[in-house]
Amino acid sequence: MLEIKNLHASVENNEILRGIDLTINAGEVHAIMGPNGSGKSTLAHVLAGREGYQITQGEAIYEGKDLLAMLPEERAREGVFLAFQYPVEIAGVSNMYFLRAALNAIRKHRGLDELDAMDFLKMVREKMKLLDMDETLMNRPVNEGFSGGEKKRNEIFQMAVLEPKLAILDETDSGLDIDALRTVSEGINRLRGPERAIVLVTHYQRLLNYVVPDFVHVLSEGRIVKSGGKELALELEEKGYAWLEESAEPMKSGVNP
Amino acid sequence: MSTEIDTLEQLVNRDYQWGFVTDIEADSVAPGLNEDVIRLISAKKDEPEFMLEWRLKAYRHWVSLEKAQAEPKWANVHYPPIDYQSIVYYSAPKTKENPKSLDEVDPELLRTYEKLGIPLQERAILSGVAVDAVFDSVSVATTFREKLGDLGIIFCSFSEAVREHPELVQKYLGSVVPYTDNFFASLNAAVFTDGSFVYVPKGVRCPMELSTYFRINARNTGQFERTLIIADDDSHVSYLEGCTAPMRDENQLHAAVVELIAHDNATIKYSTVQNWYPGDKEGKGGIYNFVTKRGKCLGNNSKISWTQVETGSAITWKYPSCILQGDNSIGEFYSVALTNNYQQADTGTKMIHLGKNTRSTIISKGISAGHGQNTYRGMVKITKNAAGARNYSQCDSLLLGDKCGAHTFPYLEVKNSTAQVEHEATTSKIGEDQIFYFRQRGLSSEDAISMIVNGFCKQVFRELPMEFAVEAQKLLGVSLEGSVG
Repeated sequence: MLEIKNLHASVENNEILRGIDLTINAGEVHAIMGPNGSGKSTLAHVLAGREGYQITQGEAIYEGKDLLAMLPEERAREGVFLAFQYPVEIAGVSNMYFLRAALNAIRKHRGLDELDAMDFLKMVREKMKLLDMDETLMNRPVNEGFSGGEKKRNEIFQMAVLEPKLAILDETDSGLDIDALRTVSEGINRLRGPERAIVLVTHYQRLLNYVVPDFVHVLSEGRIVKSGGKELALELEEKGYAWLEESAEPMKSGVNP
Repeated sequence: MSTEIDTLEQLVNRDYQWGFVTDIEADSVAPGLNEDVIRLISAKKDEPEFMLEWRLKAYRHWVSLEKAQAEPKWANVHYPPIDYQSIVYYSAPKTKENPKSLDEVDPELLRTYEKLGIPLQERAILSGVAVDAVFDSVSVATTFREKLGDLGIIFCSFSEAVREHPELVQKYLGSVVPYTDNFFASLNAAVFTDGSFVYVPKGVRCPMELSTYFRINARNTGQFERTLIIADDDSHVSYLEGCTAPMRDENQLHAAVVELIAHDNATIKYSTVQNWYPGDKEGKGGIYNFVTKRGKCLGNNSKISWTQVETGSAITWKYPSCILQGDNSIGEFYSVALTNNYQQADTGTKMIHLGKNTRSTIISKGISAGHGQNTYRGMVKITKNAAGARNYSQCDSLLLGDKCGAHTFPYLEVKNSTAQVEHEATTSKIGEDQIFYFRQRGLSSEDAISMIVNGFCKQVFRELPMEFAVEAQKLLGVSLEGSVG
């Protein structure tokens, strides 16, 4: 589904990603872990098309297309979804209105009929149950006055409605208490499926107790320094990141699964 | 919903589409202003003596103001001095005198209004909207007159009102905005050529929206129209006005006056969608929209509500106001003002509380994009006798980009200790992170901006009649063209 080759990206001439190689297939869940500043969020933003990053080398092929050449909205319509680490508040635009516009933009792109308000509402009610969302949130402006947990839950709820092919969840676990973490994780697990790939960007292992990944990659200083199965996350939890950073250089080759 | 977005998207990428010129023979006087021109205008309109006298008094007052250099300079707008002697003060399409029916109106004029989306053929008209069309200086057609006449409602051009209902005109003209009111109001009083006149008799609820569509066509012409609306006891009327002008490189002056009078228990709702040519992207050309609008809640329990959507004009200088004279009377002002490119707007309202338990509400939404400068200027004055008066004001500004400006000047003057006055103001900016959030969900930047802007304006759009609300949303889309990125 997604093939990233030797991806280098900079912000104002500071190189943040220094050669990422990663292949993600449909049906897989990948966790990208790493210490602060290792480039995890940058990778998520670059894949979603956020402005402000210069791609200096490499490529990302998504479903046979050059992902990096597409506008952010084109990527979204093609099924790339980013759950934001810090979802923004949008005054004056209701959650319902926003989400229906988004869904219809995507449906239109896929040649499907647009959903009218009634059909949309019916569909949304189903998905809200998945995430134990309060219905009143739908009529409030997007993320405005939401608690940290509500914002994160709203991101996963949007994912459930928009049904992306490739979902990148950027630190979705941060700021969640244990109950919210469980609800959000259950929501993510229900969205796992043979047609969908999920990338979990996370600092901590705890999310991975609930959403068990197929692959774990450790990012350090803009490179993937180690890849493995779910047990790698536990190893990291135990030993921290330091042991990997020290051995970053020798691990450089042959880490890609 | 998403079809709405599609429409907006198309609109966002469209230029000012009302900028065409109608090729029609005009009867114009030479540029310049003196007493002879005023006598000529009055004679052309076959006016009674009292009108000419009033015009001349206004003119003499204006000359004294001009000598004293009393053109208002306090507004936060900047423009080179206007040469009042280079303006043509009368221009009328050459057509049959006083067309009795639409069949007698020049087909070229009818086509112009068709093109503007204002069909004047009564059969084709939007259901429930009666239209008075003012082309340059004169009213060319008023629709649905007979139907309204059956209810005793007078809806006609100002010129006709002067001829056919002189007693009403003489009684009310200048009673809210006297010719001494301000520089532009004096000029208007001296030279105004037409406009709309509405009288709703006692106890009548006007069954349809009344609407005037103003069009400037001729070059170097000033448009000076005057509207007078009187709602007698227990009556109700809703009035809409729309405006467009051709694209021209020179600036053109539009100095209108609107007076509203509401008697006991009467309600007047006045809505404007102002879309005069705003000038090009470099700020060249466009209309100077210097307008005095004021309503008097003369009777007890009367209500005047202003709603305006100001997207056009190079410069807007306009403060639709309410004098709350009757006890328990209500004044409202709902405004969206948008400035893009090099547009400047200094707009707001005055709420003058004279009567007891009078109430006023001000909701102002300013949007600035490009190099636009947007100023809210408002006054809430509560006089000694206005016991129990209440005001609520809310002024919100939205900025797109970092070259535009938003300014707020609220003046409060409270002389009665039982009054309650509240003022709230916010300023926000559409951030790149917000736009990226929309785009990551599959919506374009244009969709993002129009959704945010429409959300920002919702409180005001709610006040507009249906058809106008849709029109206003579309206009915002067009006016924000090029403000993205």
